[in-house]
Order: sequence, then structure tokens, then C-alpha cells
Amino acid sequence: MSENRLHIDWTACDGRGLCAELLPEILVEDDWGYPLARSGEVRPVVPAALRKNAERAVDQCPALALRLVGEILNR
Amino acid sequence: MTTVDAPPGAGRRLLAGSTDGRLDPHLARYARAPRLTGAQLVALLRDAGLTGRGGAGFPAWRKVDAVLGANGVPVVVGNGSEGEPASGKDRALLAYQPHLVLDGLQVVAQALGARQAHLYVSTAAAADVRRALDARRDAGLDAVPVTVTIAPDRFVAGEESALVNAVSGKPAVPSDKRLRVTEAGVNGSPTLVQNVETLGHIALLARFGPQWFREAGTSDEPGTFLATVSGAVQAPGVVEAAYGVRLSDLVDAAGGPATRLQALLLGGYHGGWVPALPDLPFSRAGLAPFGATPGAGVVVALAADGCGLMETARIAGYLAGEVAGQCGPCINGLPRLAATLGDLARRRVRPGLTAEVERLSALVSGRGACRHPDGTVRMVRSAMRVFEADVAAHLAGWCVAPSLSEPASAPALSSPGPASFWRGRGEGER
Repeated sequence: MSENRLHIDWTACDGRGLCAELLPEILVEDDWGYPLARSGEVRPVVPAALRKNAERAVDQCPALALRLVGEILNR
Repeated sequence: MTTVDAPPGAGRRLLAGSTDGRLDPHLARYARAPRLTGAQLVALLRDAGLTGRGGAGFPAWRKVDAVLGANGVPVVVGNGSEGEPASGKDRALLAYQPHLVLDGLQVVAQALGARQAHLYVSTAAAADVRRALDARRDAGLDAVPVTVTIAPDRFVAGEESALVNAVSGKPAVPSDKRLRVTEAGVNGSPTLVQNVETLGHIALLARFGPQWFREAGTSDEPGTFLATVSGAVQAPGVVEAAYGVRLSDLVDAAGGPATRLQALLLGGYHGGWVPALPDLPFSRAGLAPFGATPGAGVVVALAADGCGLMETARIAGYLAGEVAGQCGPCINGLPRLAATLGDLARRRVRPGLTAEVERLSALVSGRGACRHPDGTVRMVRSAMRVFEADVAAHLAGWCVAPSLSEPASAPALSSPGPASFWRGRGEGER
């Protein structure tokens, strides 16, 4: 299964906001600057067209709090 | 907390027989625990329909099966941390029947081929557990060695990944879920975590079989459970009842209502408020219409003259203070949610106050390493439904609880007398 969902490790995220800047189509900042999925999903779907941007966000997150995961977590 | 009799007809299982925690009467009543293979244990738990008694109500056989199928030598942990303030049933079980729990731990550990078993318990339970383990060592009972780990007295310390961290020697806070605990738990080993009450049921099941087990409870939810009944009841304490028991029978088992009741919080602080309907069956199916579940068997009765919103704000404030401090939305969102509820409870009304409760609830849901924000939101949302009339009253500047409403500004209250309200003991007919 392709890993097309964005998982946030909340224990690592400190709300720097880089991911919301790189993926404005998917994420906004909440009241406190933490990423919030526009869709309301816990692990928002990353459309193929935004895949590259999502990978960049994963690589550049200063807290290493982002990952791309499959439909079912744990892999 | 005192232990009182089971409701009529429910029978006692875990709390049957001598409850002094000693080994001799336990062995005289039950003899030694049988040995099962992994396959036998899975079949037994599946046939019995045993669900976890820690709160989530997950089928016990699935976790055992997952651990059996994982790579590595399994570790088994009995969870008796009970960080839930309204629950005392694990503590009571470990004091009164520690050997059922320890038998269950051995049955499971041996069936899985574990070389190490753990008990994760509150400070209050540690002495009882250690005394029981010493007696078993002298009697040569425990083939798999058991280590006791003390759980910090925090609400989230009993969450499965927090437990795994604590037993692995790390701080007892939840982890981001990369792998299931059944695949990689304590020190990376496949780990089975079961609530201590679940282990107690396993000890009896291994002896008496699934057919016996199903003689109590409903076909969907067989067996008995331990309930901790508190609040506006005559004799707060731990009682044993079968799933499907009427709410009023459960309350009667704790001495009956101390006064007329308005609502009950069921499951725990992460549970749900339900109106005081005496005939409501305490089961997953019976409570589903209210968004509540049996959870960890918690029942908190709210008196008719109490304010449900005040109590909800108090609990939300407690839960906000119990965040592990790791996840931004929870650290920031829960205190804000609690403060907003506090404003509603104290009738500090401003435009959009109830909409803000719901906005914050949605904002924190699903956004943490554990389910602490989600559980808090479940309780808050149930309060907004069940106390809907009181929400409207608070927004209008008064309160349905007679004792808390300013007499000058409050409209004349008709007696809060829908048929669903229980009458307290000694209260005459009106």
C-alpha cells in the first residue's frame, strides 16, 4: 500500500510551522501554531500532485515530527 | 472504599469467597491454576467473549493472538495502575483477590512462552501484591518470575505505551505509535498488556470454561465486571455485577441513591454522562445511544441539586492538569477547553461560549500521541448533550440546580420531576 498519509508525531512536534508553509493545501496552523489538517482528518491524505512537497516537509521538519504512512499506521 | 454486595442475581465471581488476600484459602477454594497452550488460551478467550476490563473493552483473544504471531519472546504485563480517580476496583481486587490476578498472569505468561511477567501497580497496591508474590514463591507457584513496577500517580500513566515505557525503565508517558505494543513493547519484545481484572477473569475462565463464563452478562458482552460506584450514593464502593445490569440495580448495590439523582457519569473521566434512567442497561449496546460505554466500570452519581456543568468543568480542569506535557494541541487545548467550560459553569456568559466549547473539542480531537484529548472531549460533549437544559439556563444567567441558582434572578422552578429521576432513600412521595 502506498504511503500517502501524513502522520504527525505530536510528542516531537513543537509547532515551528514549516510544514504548514510547505503544504498550505493540506495544513494550516491552529491557535497555537501546531499543524492542523484542513480536511479535519487525523492523518490527512496527500494527493499525488503534492507528494514532492510533502516529502520536502518530512525532510525539513526541524523536529523530525512528520512521516508519510500508509492507510494503517504501524508500518 | 468498602466492598458491598453484588446486585441481586448478578452473583459474585471475582469477589467470591475469602477476601483477605491470603494464599491458603485461595488454594483451598480454587487449587492451582491449570496450564494452557497458546492455542488453547486463544480459543478459550474467544469462546468466552472476554473483553478487556481496563476501559477500552477490546476482545482479549485478539491481543493474545497478535502476540503469539509476533516475532520474539513475549513479555506479559498486568496493568493495575488505575490512574482514574473515580475508579478503585483494581486496587480492591489486588487487596482482596491478588491470587486470582497472579494466577491469570501465570496462565497467560505460560501460554505465551514468556520468560518474564510484570505487574504495574499503584503505590497503594504494591504492598498487597508483594505480600502475595512472597507467599506464592514459598509455595513454588509461579513458573514465570514476576517483577513489580510502581506506576506514578498520574492519569495517563496507565495508557498502554506509557506502561511499556515505565516497565522498560523510562518515564511513564505515552509514545507516538510507530509499532503496536503487541509487536514491539517492553524493551522491544512483543508485549501483552491486560488489565488486572481481565487477568482475574482469565484465572476463573481457565478453571471453569467459557460456558460457565457466559452464564452471566449478555450474549454480546458476557461475564461480570467490577464497578466503582461513587457520588450521591449511600455506600460508595466496589461492586461486582453482570453486564446488562440495570443502572438502578448497580446504584442499589452501593446502598442506593443518597438523594434524588439527575445524571450519572459512566466509564470514567473519559466516559460519558447519561441521564438518571433507572432501567438503562449497563452494557456497550445499552449505553451506545448516549455515546457512553461501560469503560472501566466507573459510576459517579450526580444529585439533582448538583450542577452537572460545574462538575464537568471540575473534571475537565483535572484532566487538563493531567496532560503528559508532550503534545502541543493537548498541552494548550485542554486548559483552554477547561477554562471555557469553567466560564459556562460559573455563568460568565459571552457570545459564542457554547460554540467555543465545541470548536475547542474538535480542535484537540485526534491530535495527540494518546487518547487523552479524545477521551476528555467524549466526556465534555456528553455533558453538553445531557445537561442541555442547564446549558440554556446558564446562558440565561441561572442554573437548574436549585441550590446553585440565585433565587432573585431564577425563574420559578417546577420540581425537576420527570419520571426518569430517581427518588432518594427516605424521600416521601410528592
